[in-house]
Amino acid sequence: MEKKEIKFNEETMALVNNMISRYPEGKHKSALLPILHLAQAEFDGWLSPEVMDYVASILSIQKIEVYEVASFYSMYNLQPVGNCLLEVCRTSSCWLRGANEIVEHIEKKLGIKEGETTADGMFTLKTVECLGSCGTAPMMMCGAQFHENLNFQKVDTIIEKLKADGKRKTYLDEVVVNHY
Amino acid sequence: MGKKLLLANDHVPGIQSYEVYRKHGGYASVEKAIKTMKPEEVVEEVKKSGLRGRGGAGFPTGMKWSFLAKPEGVARYLVCNADESEPGTFKDRYLMSRIPHILIEGMITSSFALGANTSYIYIRGEYYYVAQILEKAIAEAYANGWLGKNILGSDYSLDLYVQVGGGAYICGEETALLESLEGKRGNPRIKPPFPAIAGLYGCPTVVNNVETIAAVVPIVNDGGDAYAAIGIGKSSGTKLISASGHINKPGVYEIEMGITVEDFIYSDEYCGGILNGKKLKAVVAGGSSVPVLPADLIITTANGEKRLMSYESLADGGFATGTMLGSGGFIVMDETTNIVENLHTFARFYHHESCGQCSPCREGTGWMEKILHKILDGHGTLEDVDLLWEIQRKIEGNTICPLGDAAAWPVASAIRHFRHEFEEFVKNPNGIKKVKHYESTQNLVTA
Repeated sequence: MEKKEIKFNEETMALVNNMISRYPEGKHKSALLPILHLAQAEFDGWLSPEVMDYVASILSIQKIEVYEVASFYSMYNLQPVGNCLLEVCRTSSCWLRGANEIVEHIEKKLGIKEGETTADGMFTLKTVECLGSCGTAPMMMCGAQFHENLNFQKVDTIIEKLKADGKRKTYLDEVVVNHY
Repeated sequence: MGKKLLLANDHVPGIQSYEVYRKHGGYASVEKAIKTMKPEEVVEEVKKSGLRGRGGAGFPTGMKWSFLAKPEGVARYLVCNADESEPGTFKDRYLMSRIPHILIEGMITSSFALGANTSYIYIRGEYYYVAQILEKAIAEAYANGWLGKNILGSDYSLDLYVQVGGGAYICGEETALLESLEGKRGNPRIKPPFPAIAGLYGCPTVVNNVETIAAVVPIVNDGGDAYAAIGIGKSSGTKLISASGHINKPGVYEIEMGITVEDFIYSDEYCGGILNGKKLKAVVAGGSSVPVLPADLIITTANGEKRLMSYESLADGGFATGTMLGSGGFIVMDETTNIVENLHTFARFYHHESCGQCSPCREGTGWMEKILHKILDGHGTLEDVDLLWEIQRKIEGNTICPLGDAAAWPVASAIRHFRHEFEEFVKNPNGIKKVKHYESTQNLVTA
């Protein structure tokens, strides 16, 4: 695979500068978390050491300051993930409404275990803690999209749609907002 | 129908947009405050209202505001805590995605009261799409002169920004939130100093929950006394309750404080009763951190009085027979629920979310999860149940932030009220339905 140059495109760079402008003079490190989201979305869904070093250079901070933050928060992937990271909630309310069965169903359907990626690099299955969608449990998130009130059939439809679309999903995607 | 202050217009088509929100009386509190009131008069109204922090702690908001230090020439900040992550709680997401402008309006009015010229809304990363909704609302507010320089021709200026987090429950703790807002790991700070003295960038800062800030809007519009007249005793006003679990109508309900728990669970106006006609077994009334109560104790107090949806009534009996209103995350469990297994999901959650600073929490949460796993797998002993009790007791009160307590209380209450279920598991391992327990896969993905 050809090694891509790690550099934000112009549009993203404008967003990065907008983030930095939100904080007082000298407090630009505050923009780190939002910039890491932008970086993950632009550079194949994960934060490689090279990407993190690049972010450090943009903010003129030490590399370790980026590593320690990226490794603390759940949403930053420090290893490659599939195009569609399926994040299934299984904390209390979701568990009560059948989250474990949803996880098992996805495992069977995709032929992978939680934490694994399909051979075609399309899906990674991850179980996560409460995503604040307890009233529409069970649920999972893919990119920024919440998929709520799940059942097996719904999961199948979602997976088929994601497969047909084929594109990488990111937290920055436009989503369909469920207004209940 | 109870009185609604925050969600009165939540089903008005287009209420997300500035035009419709404004047409329904939006931004009146900003006009009233900036044109006719001094900042300290706004603080006074909030004090009179009796409003208490809606994030979980229930601390009087007016008092919190009055603690804010005001040294000459030093910036002050208002930070909105939209890091809603307490299992069972989803009211802030509902409010922000449905009526984003009520939060923006509340932020402007509250920032004016506190003399903050820059304010932030810190929202959990998983709510990225909600952050986009807020960004749009903020842009509309700027375009219509509610934000920026010299608002309404006054000498008051305010810039308001959104920051998304990276996924960490601990950032709902206000000092961890400030660390995160500064671009660091979400490790809670040692207090004192409290944020009111040294918060964001070392400057005096107030951190308030989304619902708290939204409640400032009706308080300023109608006056603190009118707000205080709603509700019951020291639980004034309305509260958003996130109802989930085994109920017919999960969702977010705005209740007048003081309705009975029984009414909330069974009336068609709210939860609509237990799913599939089953019987009620237990309720976690205020988010995962608060003690779980069995059906009889959640419906009536130990003294036989009807339990009410209020700070005081839910806490009646202390932890021996009571619980807490907390964040209003109301999780209902029917008669078929395995209490030990539900507790395991909580224990795993706290283990995953512990920031790792304090040993009792870092080690204790993982230890509790493992013991519960062992019991559920049919390898537990009666000593394990006692050990679990001992561990939670040694976490509680021994950490620098409340996450330790939050991890201990669900374990303590489950053993206190449902010890027989733990013992059942231990004594009769062959009778246990084989259940699959998912370990945290966090490490598989994030090294």
